Amino acid sequence: VGEMLASIASVFRVTAWKNGAALIMSARTFTDFTTRATFEIKKCDLFLLDEGPATQVVLTRDEGLQYYRTMQVMRRMELKADQLYKQKMIRGFCHLYDGQEACAVGLEASINLSDHLITAYRVHGYTYTRGGTVKEIMAELTGRRGGIAKGKGGSMHMYCKTFYGGNGIIGAQVPLGAGVALACNYLGNNELCVCLYGDGAANQGQIFETYNMAALWKLPVIFVCENNRYAMGTSVERAAASTDYYKRGEFIPGLRVDGMDVLCVREATRFAADHCRSGKGPILMELQTYRYHGHSMSDPGLSYRTREEIWEVRSKSDPIAMLKDHMLSHNMASVEELKGIDVEVRKEIEDAAQFATTDPEPPLEELCNHIFYNEPPFEVRGTNLWTKLKSLS
Amino acid sequence: ALIYLLKYPYLACLRPTQKMNLFQSITSALDNTLASDPTAVIFGEDVAFGGVFRCTVGLRDKYGKDRVFNTPLCEQGIVGFGIGVAVAGATAIAEIQFADYIFPAFDQIVNEAAKYRYRSGNMFDCGNLTIRAPWGCVGHGSLYHSQSPEAFFAHCPGLKVVIPRSPIQAKGLLLSCIADKNPCIFFEPKILYRAAVEQVPEDPYTIPLSQAEVLQEGSDVTLVAWGTQIHVLKEVASMAQEKLGVSCEVIDLQTILPWDIETVCKSVVKTGRLLISHEAPVTGGFASEISSTVQEECFLNLEAPISRVCGYDTPFPHIFEPFYIPDKWKCFEAIKKMINY
Repeated sequence: VGEMLASIASVFRVTAWKNGAALIMSARTFTDFTTRATFEIKKCDLFLLDEGPATQVVLTRDEGLQYYRTMQVMRRMELKADQLYKQKMIRGFCHLYDGQEACAVGLEASINLSDHLITAYRVHGYTYTRGGTVKEIMAELTGRRGGIAKGKGGSMHMYCKTFYGGNGIIGAQVPLGAGVALACNYLGNNELCVCLYGDGAANQGQIFETYNMAALWKLPVIFVCENNRYAMGTSVERAAASTDYYKRGEFIPGLRVDGMDVLCVREATRFAADHCRSGKGPILMELQTYRYHGHSMSDPGLSYRTREEIWEVRSKSDPIAMLKDHMLSHNMASVEELKGIDVEVRKEIEDAAQFATTDPEPPLEELCNHIFYNEPPFEVRGTNLWTKLKSLS
Repeated sequence: ALIYLLKYPYLACLRPTQKMNLFQSITSALDNTLASDPTAVIFGEDVAFGGVFRCTVGLRDKYGKDRVFNTPLCEQGIVGFGIGVAVAGATAIAEIQFADYIFPAFDQIVNEAAKYRYRSGNMFDCGNLTIRAPWGCVGHGSLYHSQSPEAFFAHCPGLKVVIPRSPIQAKGLLLSCIADKNPCIFFEPKILYRAAVEQVPEDPYTIPLSQAEVLQEGSDVTLVAWGTQIHVLKEVASMAQEKLGVSCEVIDLQTILPWDIETVCKSVVKTGRLLISHEAPVTGGFASEISSTVQEECFLNLEAPISRVCGYDTPFPHIFEPFYIPDKWKCFEAIKKMINY
């Protein structure tokens, strides 16, 4: 919905500009802003590649505002989830994504909604970029019937049409992603699969099995290792014999990307997507990113790293701050406009939280639905000999 | 007092005890092991700083980082590696962070660990291996932090599967598992880590494996469970006594594989009614094995069909957990039906 609003708004702006009419939203007229600007981004480290993504990128005003809005929605949503968890409205496990917004937004910017994506359990951000609404996401967190998985999945299990979740077991989603990519190849629809995992999961055996299969059969899969430096509480140096995660594919070309800069991620994904779509097979991207919260809500996040480290990353490489800086310094937006977006976003999140806390829980009948796919309803044995619930899925 | 001493012989010599909860009793058992056995090593994800449930707190500082160390995130690797350590002669105590994550290691446990002695004609064995994992529902664990997979392993000859109900049992049973010359899987009820507190002896002691414990004698119904569910059944037994005047015999199975058939059957011969309860789904859960064996052995003694009060045949739910678990009301209802059969 956020993106829809942003695009409708930009259409209005374009029409307004064409008519030369003044905008009511900001004090300065639209014609004052630069519509596109070129930025220099960090060069990616390459492995088995002769050339890498471009280092000079163009950002248009509309794109910039859209990325800003999306990242701000994700940030506010995660902070709201933090609040709700502390109020015990959200229970169970909750893994927050704030700090890593640039990864989700950058990835989505260079692939289509018809492409496929699968990740592990830090999914709230991806659910949003893949088409979920904030309302659905928050209702799923609180376990209500308006949730994206009908309240049956919770924080870790959120899905959309081309977003395969939402997987609790570490590393298990990677072979799945390769399978999705095989289906794309087989169906010949020029789609690809982005398959994400973390720095901890990179040590799982299944990942290497998948690398082998993907390279052997030239599957259109982009492996993305979101390296946020800590696997729960274990830092990468203590867990991995080689912390060059982009080289771990051995026979798969790799890129190491600055995951805090949305433009870097976007450019690298564009490069990777072209690589896959041209039939060259899989490619591996390591996004160097950082999470501000602990591993999950039960982890304060301070026993294995210092407050100074978190503060340093926040002040020097916060993705939203960096984008804001880019846009303001190149006169692509005004401070008031961005503040206006912030206010809108805050309201959207508040409404969603309100919905999430007031929506009723799923009915008890849902307990037994969706175990199997079946036509006639079947009976599910219950806790006692005579208790049988109906499964109507 | 005399009955108390006879019932708990390991407390009979009145050794110094300390108030400990479940995770502290595990730490105590591991501490005793590392002290007495120079080849013992503890490894798993995050065990070095103490573990996500504090079961290994202080051990690394006390015994060194070559004896208590972290592994990367690879369950199959952890167990495979553990089997190797055990075969070579060292005592390996592997920790799987949650029982729900034990499945990547399933192949190693079932195909390698369980069959090592058999296939090598007793030339090699991995009896020195003990795998520990937090087990069972915890109130907010949902699909992947609440599973009870004992039934999967019960189907595999060559393994021992043990589940304690309280700190005193936990320490004794864990030390027995470590001493046992067979690969053992020790499931620790995570909901009891902090909740269960008892006076546990500081010295090492063992509780024999494959021996079920009769917690309460009775004459009308036999109630069998293990782990957390025993506490539910104890409450049900007192409810039944109060409200129905029914005297229940409560048995803690303790060792799931190989299980104490004799104690359970003797009890059923006496009472004629059996109720088995566990959190795992009913189809194929371990209650089905107990039920089947008991009806084979004690068919003519049964007054009513054997009752299994277990979890539903669904994945462990997120929001529906209070409805899913076999709570005391469901068990009580089952007893009523059996009495009135």
